[in-house]
Amino acid sequence: MPRELTQNRIQKIWIPSKDDKPSMPRTSRGGPHLANPPTVIVMVGLPARGKTYISRKLTRYLNWIGIPTKVFNVGEYRREAVKHYSSYDFFKSDNEDAVKIRQQCALAALRDVKTYLTEEEGQVAVFDATNTTRERRDMILDFGAENGFKIFFIESVCDDPNVIACNILEVKVSCPDYQDCNKTDAMEDFKKRIECYRMNYQPLDHDQYDRNLSFIKVIDVGRRFLVNRIQDHIQSRIVYYLMNIHVQPRSIYLCRHGESQHNLQGRLGGDSGLSTRGRKFAGALAKFVEEQNLKDLKVWTSQLRRSIQTAEALNVPYEQWKALNEIDAGVCEEMTYEEVRERFPEEFTLRDQDKYYYRYPSGESYQDLVQRVEPVIMELERQENVLVVCHQAVMRCLLAYFLDKSADEMPYLKCPLHTVLKLTPVAYGCKVESISLNVEAVNTHRDRPEEVKRGPSTLIRRNSVTPLTSPEPNKKPRIEGLDDPIIREVTPAQLTLCSTSHTTLSLSTQHWLSEACLRTFLHYLQVVSVLLFQRT
Amino acid sequence: MSSTEDVIMAIPRELTQNPLRKIWMPCKNGLPEKHISQKRVCMTNCPTLIVTVGLPARGKTYISKKLTRYLNWIGVPTKEFNVGQYRRECLKIYKSFEFFRPDNEEGLKIRKQCALAALNDVRQYLSVEGGQVAVFDATNTTRERRATIMRFAEQNGYKVFFVESVCEDPKVIAENIVQVKLGSPDYTDRNTEEAIQDFMKRIKCYENSYQPLDENLDRELSYIKIMNVGQRYLVNRVLDHIQSRIVYYLMNIHITPRSIYLCRHGESDLNVRGRIGGDSGLSPRGKEFAQYLGRFIQDQNIKDLKVWTSQMKRTIQTAEALGVPYEQWKALNEIDAGVCEEMMYEEIQEHYPLEFALRDQDKYRYRYPKGESYEDLVQRLEPVIMELERQENVLVICHQAVMRCLLAYFLDKSAEELPYLKCPLHTVLKLTPVAYGCKVESIYLNVEAVNTHRDKPENVDISRLPEEALLTVPAHY
Repeated sequence: MPRELTQNRIQKIWIPSKDDKPSMPRTSRGGPHLANPPTVIVMVGLPARGKTYISRKLTRYLNWIGIPTKVFNVGEYRREAVKHYSSYDFFKSDNEDAVKIRQQCALAALRDVKTYLTEEEGQVAVFDATNTTRERRDMILDFGAENGFKIFFIESVCDDPNVIACNILEVKVSCPDYQDCNKTDAMEDFKKRIECYRMNYQPLDHDQYDRNLSFIKVIDVGRRFLVNRIQDHIQSRIVYYLMNIHVQPRSIYLCRHGESQHNLQGRLGGDSGLSTRGRKFAGALAKFVEEQNLKDLKVWTSQLRRSIQTAEALNVPYEQWKALNEIDAGVCEEMTYEEVRERFPEEFTLRDQDKYYYRYPSGESYQDLVQRVEPVIMELERQENVLVVCHQAVMRCLLAYFLDKSADEMPYLKCPLHTVLKLTPVAYGCKVESISLNVEAVNTHRDRPEEVKRGPSTLIRRNSVTPLTSPEPNKKPRIEGLDDPIIREVTPAQLTLCSTSHTTLSLSTQHWLSEACLRTFLHYLQVVSVLLFQRT
Repeated sequence: MSSTEDVIMAIPRELTQNPLRKIWMPCKNGLPEKHISQKRVCMTNCPTLIVTVGLPARGKTYISKKLTRYLNWIGVPTKEFNVGQYRRECLKIYKSFEFFRPDNEEGLKIRKQCALAALNDVRQYLSVEGGQVAVFDATNTTRERRATIMRFAEQNGYKVFFVESVCEDPKVIAENIVQVKLGSPDYTDRNTEEAIQDFMKRIKCYENSYQPLDENLDRELSYIKIMNVGQRYLVNRVLDHIQSRIVYYLMNIHITPRSIYLCRHGESDLNVRGRIGGDSGLSPRGKEFAQYLGRFIQDQNIKDLKVWTSQMKRTIQTAEALGVPYEQWKALNEIDAGVCEEMMYEEIQEHYPLEFALRDQDKYRYRYPKGESYEDLVQRLEPVIMELERQENVLVICHQAVMRCLLAYFLDKSAEELPYLKCPLHTVLKLTPVAYGCKVESIYLNVEAVNTHRDKPENVDISRLPEEALLTVPAHY
């Protein structure tokens, strides 16, 4: 007898129920089953080859499409263990003490990888280190086999001295290791550090030794790729992503259409035209774009009239993407929030309970939006200078990708009308400049309501499209024998252990709040309370 | 005063919405102006020439045909040009492998002429007929031949992308020969043993002069080298979006034998009443079908079958009866009929006669007001197709319009044919890749259901009478 179906009230997903209560669905996924068992991505390459850049960018992408991913950077473990970095001598292969410490750091990181993947519901762990010797990689392969993890290597090979020098300047010279050095000294030391690794470097050998491994070799910053034995969907997506990203300097401009007629009336959705002020904004946008004096700017709009009207004012070619259309509010399309509250009071409440997962009846959710908008992100990665004229919810999704915001924060990101956000990749992240074009408009932002009673945790979380903020790396001492876990003085650096995405949550058990971070947060509370007591 | 005073209020062009596709375009005096860019994404600025490279029986034609099918389905006009075919036209009768001997001057001359004739047709297709991608399918094993092609491309402003297939596994090569060479027109009068012998000698003729794409010498070229049927890939200098998509596609396809089962949900309550769309449950007959489907699947005894449904109740109810795990894809949801959701065709004719007529005029591109078109559906379904290519045995329980789109991909149907493909309720289509195409078996599971297929009526004019419009509406309760 087939089980009865009920529709989950927030996500509008049909699941089997028993006695009117949702029972465990056989495979409760909001989307395709993406990765099973967990995968460890292992970076390989000499220093300054972009391993950490790739690790973090890839992690951000995977989290955004809903695959819980975390970076484990062995260099950071080393900085924990060895408080003060003196010089490149540490990395000499004949420095026995240092070799021991470095080995222990790698093992500690692997231990945390195991915890993340087996106990914290992580699905992908990125093991970010040089991993330049066969010995080290064999150790990792054994670790993977013992625990039932798939291993996928990403090797970055580059011998262009310009690229390397540039990398060193952008991210090495300013790193904690060199905070007391001047640029020249730092550069010199780092180059010698690279030499320490180069002597023992054994690149992945697709012909013989490593022919059965799954890996991608990224050569010369993406000019060429060697891809060996892709095993599954997630590895295929990773390869596709890596082949589309680039490091050319460029900027991405995000803005909404000019104020629309519906905006003026406080109505959701629809396909209305621009108001007078909206048209004024379009003109201001044209001027702004001209002043930016950009080389080869691409302009993208949705297929809704208000964004096209805005682009029209720029007098340049533009492309219409249906994927950029505003979130479909289903039966609530064209209503005001008051009308929604009146006619669909339950829906109104549910949306505030869980705005990311909430799907309008016969409409969409933010979660659906992310899936819809993914090809846009992929193409944005390929492109250089682009201006995207879109809509509030869509812009929030795009912004969450670039700024690594979680599903929880995404629906509340501030994207006001008549404001352009200029995003410029820099070092490992993204610089944001917010430019208001000085044309008044209504405010369409609804803050997260104060007293929101969190309902029973939504059934379907895993493997659906759920952006997570890339978790902060563990910073607690975790190397046995090298340090004792005591309540130490709370330094400002430690206060930012948990990214804001974690601390703004009430201590409800959100699935994605990693155990480690929760512990750290509680630790922080303990410490603060101790300090407070001390003061009184 | 505010700086907005200085803002030049550009007078933007008026916008009008194309009634068929519901796309907003600038217009002048009420007439649509030549619009700058309406494509959903600009695939490439100039036409692309894909050039296959490799010894015989390495899967070049297989790849060419499959890639062409995929690109056409996603809306990139593509055509393949198989030089072997030109040679068959020219020679009429194939005698033996001797024709391919490198010292056969007469043979070499004819083969070169064929290649040039094919390139000529490529130019016609890309520069005159509006094609966007041409696949030049030949061995192209010498640097000299490839240089000729690149000169040709440069003269005409085409981008070149090479797809080389390298394989030394004798089993794979033998299998290829059996699957596609034995049945080729060249060997219609030979027995199997003779044909294989001859073909192996043919391969030998090419081997000595084979110059594979070289990491150093060819480092400025854009190409993908596929090794051992996808075990390894070398990708060099991907230049643009379309090349990136091609690479992604090629890395996801495989040749492991498997079958794909497509069917619709069981008959639904709305089906019975002649209404489109909605999210209703199964009718009693629909439930019966679900049971039969369960039994059918069991009888098929399929190894590791994956079951996919949409997120609409009727497909999930159908899958539930199978008693196996299944995955819900929102991308498999039925086409959104917008303002016409849950209407009967008779009601659509009554309330939206213009829309109804436009739909009949161009059913593929027609977008329901506040809804979708088949064209939109294809874009929505592309990730499903990509994952289907990766998978092995899969049963997809979906909907009429969605099933038509998927079927059109597998059976290489055009945009014109797609919206009229027959996908009746309670019928499973079993697709099995074979040779260069797909074998289809249609299995009706013997549970009665209404017919939901509406043929294109004769009169599609907006001035037609209601009776003419409703002529082909299938019966319902």
